[in-house]
Amino acid sequence: MSLWEYANPAKFMALSARILPYLAIASSCLLLAGLFWGFFLTPADYKQGSTVKIIFLHVPTALMAINAWLMMLVTSLVWLIRRHHVSALVAKAAAPIGITMTLIAIATGAIWGKPMWGTYWAWDPRLTSFMILLVFYFGYLALWEAIEDKDTAADLTSILCIVGSIFALLSRYAVNFWSQGLHQGASLSLDKEQHVDNVFYLPLLVCIVGIILLFLTLVLIRTRTEIRSRRLMALRMRGI
Amino acid sequence: MKSLILRDLRLALRSGGGFALTLSFFLIVVMMVPFGVGANLDLLARIAPGVLWIGALLSCLLSLDRIFQLDWEDGTLEALATSPIPLSGIATAKATAHWIITGLPITIAAIPLGYLLNLETESYIWLVASLSIGTPALSFIGAFGAAITVGIKRGGLLLSLLVLPLYIPTLMLGAQCVTIGSEAPIKLLALVAAISLLCIALIPFACAIALRANLK
Repeated sequence: MSLWEYANPAKFMALSARILPYLAIASSCLLLAGLFWGFFLTPADYKQGSTVKIIFLHVPTALMAINAWLMMLVTSLVWLIRRHHVSALVAKAAAPIGITMTLIAIATGAIWGKPMWGTYWAWDPRLTSFMILLVFYFGYLALWEAIEDKDTAADLTSILCIVGSIFALLSRYAVNFWSQGLHQGASLSLDKEQHVDNVFYLPLLVCIVGIILLFLTLVLIRTRTEIRSRRLMALRMRGI
Repeated sequence: MKSLILRDLRLALRSGGGFALTLSFFLIVVMMVPFGVGANLDLLARIAPGVLWIGALLSCLLSLDRIFQLDWEDGTLEALATSPIPLSGIATAKATAHWIITGLPITIAAIPLGYLLNLETESYIWLVASLSIGTPALSFIGAFGAAITVGIKRGGLLLSLLVLPLYIPTLMLGAQCVTIGSEAPIKLLALVAAISLLCIALIPFACAIALRANLK
């Protein structure tokens, strides 16, 4: 019994069908609870007022926007090395969700930025990095759409994802030379003591877990759709 | 590999417009800027580094699809793929030829164009240095984009969408290096050089994978 067994599409379909309902229920419960807790049961910040509550959407989606790309990088490597079709399909399925997460993060940030920084948009390093990430997502998805042969498309998008990751990382650090930031330093990290008060920290954690589960649910659904549409295509080819 | 570079150079020269097309495009892009923002010399001096770098980037982009497209269409690429030189070597040769045809003339042409944009006198040395060091990165990254889109009909727009984001770090550091008042331009120059060397060292292998996937 190894992880690679689920590279078999039939096994993957069986397993994902079994765990999908649990994932969906868990993510919606956690998100509902976390957002309700965050929006209505936490006090307003003494400096930021109630705008602080946007953190419960902004931070989890921003986190997920980057992690979605990381996951695409890993699945791309798996496809290039071990050539499991499910892996390439998962990467394809994750891209639009990653775009949505990026857009939500940028939008919520803009809404929060107007009262706090006095502007919706600034060329702050982190904002700029997110804009760059968004462009990378667009290019990646456009390449998937442009190539007809599915295996070639998987090959080329994988290699683009890998090269793109290197350059996205380079851009992330190059912007530091190019502009001074408005963002505060990292607020959440595993190895340091708390930076955010517990009142906000606990519901935030719930929201983060909720968003991660939501992402997994959506990726599984999209991958299943993709596998089914491949099967349909194969059936049609055979029928003609 | 040397003969491959020479062949590409000869093809570019004899098909007409190898150097000239890129350079005239560079001239036009730079010329458009005063039309767009007004001929205020102070303003032009301030934005000159960015404009010259973006102009160089766009002119480079213009000739990218030539790197592999023609050889792909007439089957030369398949013949080359079966030659004893590995595909990554072929990609290196092609990117080098592209740099000689575009990067080098762009670097030289940037000097008079900088004068047109009222670039500060002290900036010229950094302009030439950053362009000559940075343009190899542009050619190699571009070759990667060209290798990926070689099988796509009318892939020009897609090529720009894929390649331009990859140009961002080079552009940021390169243009910043030329800007007067930026601290330690030599440090930025070193970072541009680092990106170029990284591209020259690693991108040919990515090109080879992309070409192989396309040739299947």
